[in-house]
Order: sequence, then C-alpha cells, then structure tokens
Amino acid sequence: MGEVLQIDRIRCDGHGLCAELVPELISLDDWGYPIIKPGNVPPSVVEYARRAVDACPVLALRLARIATLAAR
Amino acid sequence: MSDTILWYATRGAGVVSLVLLTGVVVLGIVSAMRWQTASWPRFLTTGLHRNLALATLVFLAIHIVTAVVDPFTALGWQAAVIPFSSSYRRLWLGLGVVAIYLLLAIVVTSLLRRYFGRSAWRAVHWLTYAMWPVAVIHSIGTGTDPRFAWMLAIEAGCIGSVVAAVAWRATAAQHTAWRRLPAASPQGQKWS
Amino acid sequence: MELIARAAGAESLTAHLHRLGPMPALPSGALIAEVEASGLLGRGGAGFPVGRKWRAVAERAAGGAVVLANGAEGEPLSFKDRSLMTARPHLVIDGALLAARAVGASDIIFYVGAEHRTADAALRQALAERTGEVRGRTRIVAAPAGYVSGEESAAVHYVNAGDARPTSSPPRPFERGVGGRPTLVQNVESLALAALIARRGHAWYQGLGRGRARGIGLLTVSGAVNRAGVHEIELGATLSDAAAAAGGLRGDVRAVLLGGYFGGWADLHEQWGLPLDAPSMRARGLALGCGVVHFLPSDTCGVEATARFMTYLASQSARQCGPCVFGLSAIAGATQRLAAQSPQPGDLDRIVRWSGQLTGRGACHHPDGAAALMHSALQVFADDFAGHQRRRCLTISEPARVAVA
Repeated sequence: MGEVLQIDRIRCDGHGLCAELVPELISLDDWGYPIIKPGNVPPSVVEYARRAVDACPVLALRLARIATLAAR
Repeated sequence: MSDTILWYATRGAGVVSLVLLTGVVVLGIVSAMRWQTASWPRFLTTGLHRNLALATLVFLAIHIVTAVVDPFTALGWQAAVIPFSSSYRRLWLGLGVVAIYLLLAIVVTSLLRRYFGRSAWRAVHWLTYAMWPVAVIHSIGTGTDPRFAWMLAIEAGCIGSVVAAVAWRATAAQHTAWRRLPAASPQGQKWS
Repeated sequence: MELIARAAGAESLTAHLHRLGPMPALPSGALIAEVEASGLLGRGGAGFPVGRKWRAVAERAAGGAVVLANGAEGEPLSFKDRSLMTARPHLVIDGALLAARAVGASDIIFYVGAEHRTADAALRQALAERTGEVRGRTRIVAAPAGYVSGEESAAVHYVNAGDARPTSSPPRPFERGVGGRPTLVQNVESLALAALIARRGHAWYQGLGRGRARGIGLLTVSGAVNRAGVHEIELGATLSDAAAAAGGLRGDVRAVLLGGYFGGWADLHEQWGLPLDAPSMRARGLALGCGVVHFLPSDTCGVEATARFMTYLASQSARQCGPCVFGLSAIAGATQRLAAQSPQPGDLDRIVRWSGQLTGRGACHHPDGAAALMHSALQVFADDFAGHQRRRCLTISEPARVAVA
C-alpha cells in the first residue's frame, strides 16, 4: 500500500503552487506545468504533498491510495 | 462607560474587518495574476489570502456581537440576521448583513471546495465583486459621528487598492487564453 | 484475401454469406474464449489483446453495454480501416454484432470518419440489407476530422456530448463510456478479424503467420514504393516482404516510418528483415501501431519530413493540457527552424530536452506519440539533425547513398 500523487492534466492551469510546496516531488517545465516524480510518495514528504493538494487553485491534484504501482 | 467600550469595539472591529477584507480581495487578485518574486512565492499569496479571510471572520464576529449587545444601539439579534430590519440606519446596516451572508457563502464553499466542485466554487467566489463593494458602502453609510480624516484615508486606501488591483487584472493578458483558441481541425456540430 | 478485395465496390450480404456462411451461434462465453485463445491483438494502434478487453467489458456489462466500432481513422497515413469498411462492410458488422453478444451490449455505434464518404455509404448500404432487429440497435456516428477524434475517450466523449476531445481517466470507457455504460471501443479491423475467428476457430488464426508471429493484418504502405495502398499480410512477414507486396521500392530509400505519426522512424538498412508483428517490433523499440509503413524517398530530408509531421501533430492537439499545447508547439517550431537550416543556437538541445518531458504529461497519449516520433527521428536522422544545427543539409549535399539490396 502506498500513496501516489495524481494530477488531472486537463484541469491543471500551470499555477505552480504545487512545485513550491513539495519540490521533492514536483518541478516545473519551461511553461510552468508540473513534472511529477513517479512512484510512491515517501512518508517524509506526505504532509507536504497533502498541502500541495490542498493549495492547488483548480483542485487538479490528489493523493490516491494504491495497492500496486500501475503503469499509466 | 462600558457602553463606550462596546461602541469603540464595534467601530474598531468594523474598520479592521474592512481593511482585512480589502487585503483578502487584493490578495485574491494577486493570486489570479500569478504574481511572484524570488522572495514572495505563490503559496504565500494564497496562504495569506486564506488566513486573512479567516481573521476577518473573527473581527466581524466581534463587530456584530458588540453592536447587538450594546444597549445604546438598541439593535436586536433580528437586525443582525434579517437584512433591512433595523430601525437604525435601515439601508446601510442592512447592506452590512447582506455582505456578511455573501461572505459566509464564499468562505463555506471555499472550505468545502472538494465537495462543491470547481464550477460551483468559482461561481460563488465571483460574488466577491458584489460582496466587497456592499461592505464598503455599509461602512461609509453607517459611519457615524464626524468623519475623521484618518477614517476617510482608510476608506480611500481600501477603495484605491481594490480599484488598482481590478484594473491590473482587467488589462493584463489572460494566462489561460490558449484554452479558448479553437483546435485546428473542424469539430462536431455541437462544439466549435 | 480475407479483409480486402481486388474487386471494387462493397461486398453484398448475399456474397458475404455465400463466401463465409452464416454467422456462428456461439454464446458469449465461447466467443470470448475463442478470441482470447487466438491471441488476437487490437489494430487501432495500442495492440491490446482483444479477448481480454471483451472480458473486461463483459464482467461489468449486466446486459447494458455498448459497442463502439472505431473506424474514425484519424491517422493521415492510414487507409486500412476505410478500405476494409468499403470492401467488406458485412464482415465489420458481423464483428460488431458478435462483440455485442460477447460483452452483453444492447447498442452498437459505428464511428466512421465524416470525410470517409465511400466507407460511410458502404456501411449504410450494408446495414440497410440487414434485418430490422439489427438496424434497430445500430447507428452510424460521423467522427469529426482530426487526429485525436479516434482516441477512445474522445470517441465516447463525442457520442455523449458532441465534443471529440479526450477526457481524463479514470474512468476508462470499458468501465463507464457511452451513456455512462461499459463500452467496448474496438477498431473495425479487430472486429473483422474477430468475426473470422468466431467462424473458423482460434486454431485457424493461430495457423497463420510467419516465424513466431500469429495471424494476419492490414498495412497501409506508402511513400517511395511503386504500388502504394492497403495490403494484407501474414503477421511476421518482413519489411522487405511489405515492400515487395507494394511493387518494390522506388529509388533507394534510407528510412521508413512505422506505425504512423504515432509510431517512429527506423533505419531501412537495419530493419530490412524486421518481422512486422506487434511483439517483435516492440522488442526492438518499434511499434506496429495501426499498420502504417511509409518509405521516405531518399531525396527527402529526414529533418524536413520530421518537421512536417511534428507541425501536424502540434496542430492536432486538443488544446486541453499545457504540456502538450506548449511542448509540441515549441518542438515543432524548433524542428522547423532546423529544417530550414536557420536554427537558433541550442535548438537541437532544446528539442531533446522538451521531447523528454512529454511522455505521460497529457490526458491522452497524443504527446507520448509525438515524443516517440521525435526520439526516433533524432536517432535515425542523427547525422542530419547535427548537420542542420550547423546549417548544412546532408540530403542535398550527399544524394547518393548505398542502395539497399
């Protein structure tokens, strides 16, 4: 069991707050859109990931609990 | 003596609420404009926006409660809950009640954003542009006694900063304008 | 030949039944078992096992599923789906009817490209020949022109709301699709092959194929060949077989585009013996995709061709996701500058970086396909790209290359 950061790519407007709040997992490309590190969210940054999910102005992020790491 | 304290508390909390609310509105626009510097990140704007809004509620609570329990104003709870039902400055006070309700709607839908969904949240949030002017008019209309210069200065400052922020937003290019450009190929009948 | 015909015109119902016999009466479970046992892989581009897809929909259906026969064929270099629908519409209809029985679907939608008028007419005529019962639960929906309108969630979105843009998943169509019901979105060639497997059994399909590959399939061969067009092959036939089927190469050819704009370039000399089947190609980092085989004429510069494709792909973005809109547009722009031999310094590096950031960052796989195409171009035309960054085109300056045996 683990948690994964998932993003709704259509909703995302490239605000970029997520990259500010959890830079361990999210960086921005040349146009301000998030690049998310794949894999489970390490327990040490789960709290920051939650804050990023909460801060997204368009609710494009979520933390999902998954049983296994499925390919997209 | 205690009456005077309540009276000062009401007016003081009211002024603080107006200033805080103005800050909230300006920060909301700054957030939408995606403004940031090396030392002022985006999450600071949104975080302050949220926290100042909640602080505003606290001062509004003080403002309302002290006004109602103050024996000098002879306002009952009814006046605070039902708009335009007070005998004292019916219109201006009533507008204050309206503003409170609008603000509560905005705050509740924001706190429970996840359940309301983005469209509903956004629609209610735009009511800010009705709520804030109504609050300002309430503040000017119910303002009693001689108009102190500092009070006028505060009001002018609040109005000026919101007008400037709105002008900034209205004249700047939209960050998501690219979404509204049609895709290259012709689409189906219902969508263009 | 099973899927296409030499004779022009659509096969009538009488001819179809005369050639193949009546539709089999196999029940749902047996149908799914036959298709699974055959190992049939989907022909829309993803190559997903057809039987497994049918089973997934059947498990959720409860009798109210929908079959969407996907004949949109938005890939510009592909002609196989419309050829199949034009030549053998009844085989496609059979496939859809059998799929509907297998997954428990009450309704069937034929999603045909609006501009593919011959295929549309053939399908309409064929449906008119069928019983009232069949006509009552089938309909044809015209797919809007455009590359992404054939993507499975875009097709469902269009049927539901008139908007042919891909949607975020989950849920995927097999869970919730047309009208919120489990929907089987299946390419028309896959359905036609399933119809043949249902009649002749999985062993028939397994008996076809060359080398380790199983089955048959359609290719659209184009470019520097003498007889471009749709050709039916046994899977596992090589690239050289495909060229031969298309009348042989015209001139000497250096590179071939496999799988369409969604596929990738390959060096012809290296891949001349490449078996054309999905698993073998995937093992070599290539893709069969929707069966496009486009031979690049030797006098056409690979950078220039790639610039044209990337520009097309950028224009076909559904414009819903930032990374796709901005990424593809930027890559197309830089590739165009390179093709014109007037690049900005660092353009090539930028292209490498940007295309490395595309995969998985859109709601659909459109940016992934563009990234794959760009990567393959950078590999196969590495020298050409390097030359263009130095404002020199190798194709113009070195037209004579070693002819392929």
